[in-house]
Amino acid sequence: MAQILDMPQLSDTMKIGVLQKWRKNEGDKVSPGEVIAEVETDKAVMDFEAFDEGVLLKRLVADGASMPVGTPIAIIGKAGEDVAKLVEEAKARASGGAAKPAAPAPAPAKPAPAAAKPASAPAANGQATAPAPKPAPAPAPMPKRAAAPVVQATPAPPPAAASGGKVLASPLARRLATDLGIDLRGIQGTGPGGRIVERDVKAAQEGTSTDWHAAEEAPQTSAPRVSATAPLPAQIVPERRQEARPASTTAPAEDIVKPLSMMRRTIATRLIEAKTTIPHFYLTADVDMEAAMDFREQVAQVHGAKLSVNDLVLKACALALRRIPEANASFTEEAIIQHARVDIGMAVAIEDGLITPVIRDADKKTIGQIGTEAREMAGRARDRKLRPEEYTGATFSVSNLGMMGIRDFAAIINPPEGAILAVGTVRKEPVVKDGKIVVGQRMSITLSCDHRVIDGALGAKLLQAIVTILEKPISLAF
Amino acid sequence: MPRTVAFREALNEAMLEEMEKDDRIFLMGEEVGHYDGAYKVSKGLLKKFGERRVIDTPIAEGGFVGVGIGAAMVGLRPIIELMTWNFSFVAADQLINNAAKIRQMSGGQFTLPVVFRGPGGSAHMLAAQHSQSTEALWAHIPGLKVVMPANPKDAKGLLKSAIRDDNPIVFIEGEVLYADQGEIPDGEYTIPLGVAEVKRPGTDLTIIGWSKMVKIALATADALAAEGIEAEVVDPRTIRPLDEDLLVQSVAKTKRCLILEEGWPFNGVGAEIAYRIGRRCFDDLDAPVERLTGADMPMPYNHHLEQQCIPDVPRAVAAAKKLLYLE
Repeated sequence: MAQILDMPQLSDTMKIGVLQKWRKNEGDKVSPGEVIAEVETDKAVMDFEAFDEGVLLKRLVADGASMPVGTPIAIIGKAGEDVAKLVEEAKARASGGAAKPAAPAPAPAKPAPAAAKPASAPAANGQATAPAPKPAPAPAPMPKRAAAPVVQATPAPPPAAASGGKVLASPLARRLATDLGIDLRGIQGTGPGGRIVERDVKAAQEGTSTDWHAAEEAPQTSAPRVSATAPLPAQIVPERRQEARPASTTAPAEDIVKPLSMMRRTIATRLIEAKTTIPHFYLTADVDMEAAMDFREQVAQVHGAKLSVNDLVLKACALALRRIPEANASFTEEAIIQHARVDIGMAVAIEDGLITPVIRDADKKTIGQIGTEAREMAGRARDRKLRPEEYTGATFSVSNLGMMGIRDFAAIINPPEGAILAVGTVRKEPVVKDGKIVVGQRMSITLSCDHRVIDGALGAKLLQAIVTILEKPISLAF
Repeated sequence: MPRTVAFREALNEAMLEEMEKDDRIFLMGEEVGHYDGAYKVSKGLLKKFGERRVIDTPIAEGGFVGVGIGAAMVGLRPIIELMTWNFSFVAADQLINNAAKIRQMSGGQFTLPVVFRGPGGSAHMLAAQHSQSTEALWAHIPGLKVVMPANPKDAKGLLKSAIRDDNPIVFIEGEVLYADQGEIPDGEYTIPLGVAEVKRPGTDLTIIGWSKMVKIALATADALAAEGIEAEVVDPRTIRPLDEDLLVQSVAKTKRCLILEEGWPFNGVGAEIAYRIGRRCFDDLDAPVERLTGADMPMPYNHHLEQQCIPDVPRAVAAAKKLLYLE
C-alpha cells in the first residue's frame, strides 16, 4: 500500500523545510535508513532517511522547494502501484495548505445553493451595479503578496513584530499560523495598525509552500518560487551582480536578489527579537595579552599543541563564569535562571550566515579539549552538519572578529543568554611598562549584557575576571 | 401548495387556528374587536369568536396586561395585544415584576401561558416616543421569552408556538413588516422557539439580524454578492432563548461577524451576541465583531434625520467591508 511522505520536522524549531536535493529518483528502491533527500532546516542541512522498505514512486516537489513541515513531498510504495489517488490527496492537502487537515468548518443548517445564486443578483437599494464576474472570495485589494518577502530588494517596512516585540495578529491569523507552522514575526500585516490578518498568513503560506505547477513543470529550478509566484520587477534580475553604482548616474540598477534562506530568516527573526526586547549595555576593556601570548607559545613548544587566541578566550570566559555564577544567567518573564552549567556558544561564520556551536561544560574541560572541540565543531558547522542539539542551549557566547583585524565591536546577545563577549584583534602598540615605553600586546574585549539579568557592576566584575585570567594565564592550564 | 400572505394575515391565521382548537385562548387589547385591530391583525376574529373571546379594553395597559397575567394564573391562555410596544412601559411593573417572576416565586404552582404581542421598532416619522425598539429591555429580564419574526412564515409558525408555550412571551412584530408578502406552507405548522435560521448561506462573513433587520441584511448580502463577497445571513428569530449554537457555527465558518440591530447600542441585544461570539469564536475571528445599530439618541422626527438613525444597506456594506479589511 503506497503512502505519502511528509516534510519531516527535523528540529524543535523547524517550521519550514527546503528540500535541497533529492538523492533518490522516481523508481529507485529505498530501504530503511537510506537517505531519500537532503532537507535544509532553519539551521542545518540534514539527511531525510526512509523508515520503510519500498520504491520511490513519485516526487511531489522539486529540488529547492520550500514548504511547511507536514507538507506531502513524496509517495513511496510497491513498484508499479497506481498513485493517482494519492497524488490527488497530496495536492489537496498541499493546496489546502494545512500541515494537518484543519478542523472541518461546521456547515450551515441549509446547504448553500451557491451555483444557483446569480452573481448578478439585483443590488439592493437601487444600487445599480453591473453584474461582475465573481472574483475570489474576500479579494485582497493589493497585488498578491505571496512571494513579496522573498524578493524584496529594498528594505521592507518593519514587520509587525518590530514594535516592541509584540505581534499584532487576529486570533484567526494566529491559529492559522500555528496550524501551518508559520512564524508570525516574519509576516507583514495589512490590517489596521499592521495587524496580521487571515489573508496575510495565507499569502505567506503561498509564498513558502510548494507550487505544484512549478514543481512539475520546472523540476530542476534551484531558485524556487521567486519567479513562480510573483513576477519580478523588470529592473530586478536575480543572481546578477550589479556594477558598483556610480553616485552621479541614475542608470537603472541591477540589484542582486537572493531568496531568503531558512537561515537568513531565522537570523532576522532572532536578531530583531534580541535587539528590540533585550536592554543591552556594553562594557569594554583592554587585556594585556603579553603573558597569554607567551603561554600560548610555551604550550606549543612543550606540548606541540596549537592553541588559538580564541581557545584562550573561551577557556577564560568559562572560568570567569564559574567565578561569577550570577552572570551565567538568563532572564525569563517569571524569574532569573542562574545556570548550573557553563555552556559556551562560539559564533562561527559560514556561507550565508552564522551558527553558534556550543562547547558544553567548558569550565570543566582543559584548554586543549576546548581547542580540539572548537575546531572540530567549526568545521562541521561550515559543512552544515551540526545536529540541532549542538548549536542550541548555550548560557553565554563569544564572538571573535580579531582574526579579521577588527579592533573592537559590540555583539548582539543571543537570547536567552544573558551576555556575549566580542573579541577584537591582538594589536602591538606602545605601552608604558615600568616607566618606559615598550612594545606591548593589547586586545580589546567588549561584553554586551542583558541589563535585566546583569547590572553594570556585575558585568564589570565578569569582564574584570576575564581580563585577570587572560593576564595571568597560568589558571588556563587547569 | 404554499400560499402567499401578508405578515399581518399570517399572524391572524395563527391566532384563528389556535383559538379554534382551544377555547381557553382569548384576545384582549385596545381596538382588537370592533375596529379589527389598529393594524388589522385581529381582522374578523370578533365576528368569529364573539365578545367573550375578543375583548376591547380601555386605554389602560397597566390594567389589561395585569388582567392577562391573572387570567393565565387561573388557567386561561390570553393573547394580550399592545397597540405598540411603545405603550408597554406603563405596564412595565406587570411585565417585569409579575409576568416574569410569578412562576419562579410560586415554586411552579402557577404557570403563565400568556402572549403579549404588538408592533415594535420605528415606522416612519413617529418621533422619539413611538419609534422604539424594546427587545433589549425585555430580553434583559429572566423569565420572559422574546420572539421577533422577520417574515410571514416565521410570524405564523412562531406565534402558534408562543400561544402554546406555558411561559410569558414578548412577541414583537416589526411595524413596517405588516404589509410584507411572503409564502407560508399550507396547513398546520409551527416553528419552535429558540431555533435560528440561516436566511441565506454564505462563506465570507456572517450578518446577524432579526425582525426588520433581516431585510437589510439580505439586501446587504445582495449588494456584497455583486462585488463577489458571499455573506451568510442568520436570523435568531427568538432573542430569548437565543440559538447561540447556530450563530457560533456560522461565524466559525465565515470568520467574521456583523450584527445589525435597530435598537440602541448600549446594552443592546447585539452587545450580548457579540460577547458570546467573541467568547466562543475567539480563535476563529479575523476581525473584531462589528455592530451596526440604531443611533444612540431619541429618534428624531425629521425624515432625513430619522433615516440617519436606522441601519441601512450602504452602511451595512461599509461595515462588512471593514470586517474584510477591504476599506
